Amino acid sequence: MNIKALLAGTALALGLAGAAVAQDKTKVGFIFVGPIGDGGWTYEHNEGRLAVEEHFGDAVETVYQESVPEGADAERAMTQMALGGADIIFTTSFGYMDPTINVAAKFPDVKFEHATGFKRADNVSTYSARFYEGRAVQGHIAGKMTKTNKIGYIGSYPIPEVIRGINSAYIHAKKVNPDVEFSVIWAYTWFDPAKEADAAKALIEQGADVILQHTDSTAPQAAAQEAGDVITFGQASDMAEYAPMPRVSSIIDNWAPYYIDRVQAVIDGTWESMDTWDGIGPGMVEIGEITDAVPAEVKAEAEALRDAIAAGEYHPFTGPLNKQDGSAWLAEGEVADDGTLAGMNFYVEGLTGEIPQ
Amino acid sequence: MIRLEKRPTPSRFWTWSTPVLAVLLTMIAGGLMFAALGKNPFIAIKTIFYDPILGEFAFYYRGQLLVKAGPLILIAVGLAMGFRAGIWNIGAEGQYIIGAICGAAVGLAFYPAESWIIFPLMIVAGALGGLLWAMIPAILKVRFKTNEILVSLLLVYVAEQLLAAMALGPLRNPEASGFPGSRNLQQYPSAANTEIIPGTGMHWGVAAALIAVVFAYVLLSRHLTGFHIRLAGQSPRAARFGGVNPTALVVFCMGVSGALAGMAGMFEVSGPAGQISIDFNSGYGFTAIIVAFLGRLHPIGILMAGLLMALTYIGGEAAQATMQIPAAAIQAFQGMLLFFLLGLDVLSNYRFRLPREGVA
Repeated sequence: MNIKALLAGTALALGLAGAAVAQDKTKVGFIFVGPIGDGGWTYEHNEGRLAVEEHFGDAVETVYQESVPEGADAERAMTQMALGGADIIFTTSFGYMDPTINVAAKFPDVKFEHATGFKRADNVSTYSARFYEGRAVQGHIAGKMTKTNKIGYIGSYPIPEVIRGINSAYIHAKKVNPDVEFSVIWAYTWFDPAKEADAAKALIEQGADVILQHTDSTAPQAAAQEAGDVITFGQASDMAEYAPMPRVSSIIDNWAPYYIDRVQAVIDGTWESMDTWDGIGPGMVEIGEITDAVPAEVKAEAEALRDAIAAGEYHPFTGPLNKQDGSAWLAEGEVADDGTLAGMNFYVEGLTGEIPQ
Repeated sequence: MIRLEKRPTPSRFWTWSTPVLAVLLTMIAGGLMFAALGKNPFIAIKTIFYDPILGEFAFYYRGQLLVKAGPLILIAVGLAMGFRAGIWNIGAEGQYIIGAICGAAVGLAFYPAESWIIFPLMIVAGALGGLLWAMIPAILKVRFKTNEILVSLLLVYVAEQLLAAMALGPLRNPEASGFPGSRNLQQYPSAANTEIIPGTGMHWGVAAALIAVVFAYVLLSRHLTGFHIRLAGQSPRAARFGGVNPTALVVFCMGVSGALAGMAGMFEVSGPAGQISIDFNSGYGFTAIIVAFLGRLHPIGILMAGLLMALTYIGGEAAQATMQIPAAAIQAFQGMLLFFLLGLDVLSNYRFRLPREGVA
């Protein structure tokens, strides 16, 4: 039995060494949480992958695995890729955080890039986009457009990234429409068209005429289209097939420049572990075309807001802002720091309901 | 016209050869599907069935086969006992979740104390959790004649909600700055389900699965309870005359399958998964139903079926990663396996009759 263990250990070491041998082509791996055809989150990451292929041509080879559950299976998928000779692996969902760290420890020569997480190592970088900047623009349009003053929000998981989006959208809706009310449904999934459609229908039945979503499929768009007179926003991807109604605008994640950048760093041998959190300014977050369903002056205001955020003149979390319980958070003119935003686990004042704890 | 004639008893030959035939047919039909997708079918089939066992990186995949097959076998062995007696526990997924929650909760309650007693206590807690969750449909069935299929299935969704609540609330890692999910049990030595032989994938849950196979085999073939189970399944009327207590049988079968599913969840959460998270469960409880039938509800058969099922998962993932075969095609491939198996069952229970020539 000991010999067996020894053999297994030696084989593993050999395998690792084999994986580390320099090849002529740089191998770039991607782990996706949904199918590449989800039309949202994973779709855009895959677009980034295709951009890498196009940019580098024959110098790189990309591989991907889609619909990888967050947990033990993710660890295996990453190990498989590393054994297969990947030089850099992008793991594109929050739930891959621990698996990424675990696998990275076993493959010190492979670079890992984890999206939306906060754990780093010498060979693990993290990256995310400031989606909340886009949410501010959505909130503005939503507040102006709602007639029932009820805005429905399909949350995925009550994690800081999603809570930031809810807060940002609410703050900017409230600014232009003091009577606005948000109701949030937690779907506990990133991608499940049936659940997302149910959530959208429930919100519409409760009187919401604007649906915001932090889930990846187009099912809420379809539900809104069926109901009529309900507006939505593309999430993660443009979802332009639902324009001009119900989809009136969108947040588009543009990962391509980042992916090209990081792969280039691997090729040059200059890759270092770092944390990237970019927004509208550097182009990681884009606002999809605002359609004619939105009145011209609202569209102009929304675009002005977008440009002010991009230019760094305005921060979506600028005081005075209180927490939901009424306690003070940001004083007049004060801007939220990244640390608080990264771990945000509270609603701002005015939001009803509780974050599931 | 070819006629089907029911066999007086299922054919032993076909009972054991249809799984092999089903695998071969799946390879052919799946190969055609892969070819239609523009992939080389031979390489695809080799990647799925050969590479994980004997390929270049088999040293890693073989261990993963055990990791994947362990919980499937452990759950399926328990389920098969009930299925044989005509007691349909469809909610193993829920019992698996509750077992994981209870096991992890006990472990986390001791954090950060170190003691050898913690892990055994977690195993007991996991088994108890699964057992109690299975007792709900069991008692409702014997007391109020409710349908255990529906109750156990619906309790899966209750368990999923409870899991989310636990990951966000009581079991959340207080040092994770607001992120959901418990502490990682793999990083807590006293509570970690480690590999018994490092590098082989052989963790305590796999050992438990093998022990369960042996026990189930002995119980079913050598013990009076096993006889009662088989009798109740084959002829409920005869069972009643034969002194089988149907109430006790329901409670026993549901309890055993629940306890084993709970243990599987506990081994998973303290081992490969590492932590309670919102979507910790990944369908083992449902896949185990397929494994139970694929293995003919026989412990040894389940052992082999579990390994085969694990192979289609591991190999399927490898085919995805190396050949870019879509995930949906792999699922369709697994679906074909079950489809052919059930379709071919007709051979075990019926025989073909050609009409005799010359008969008016």
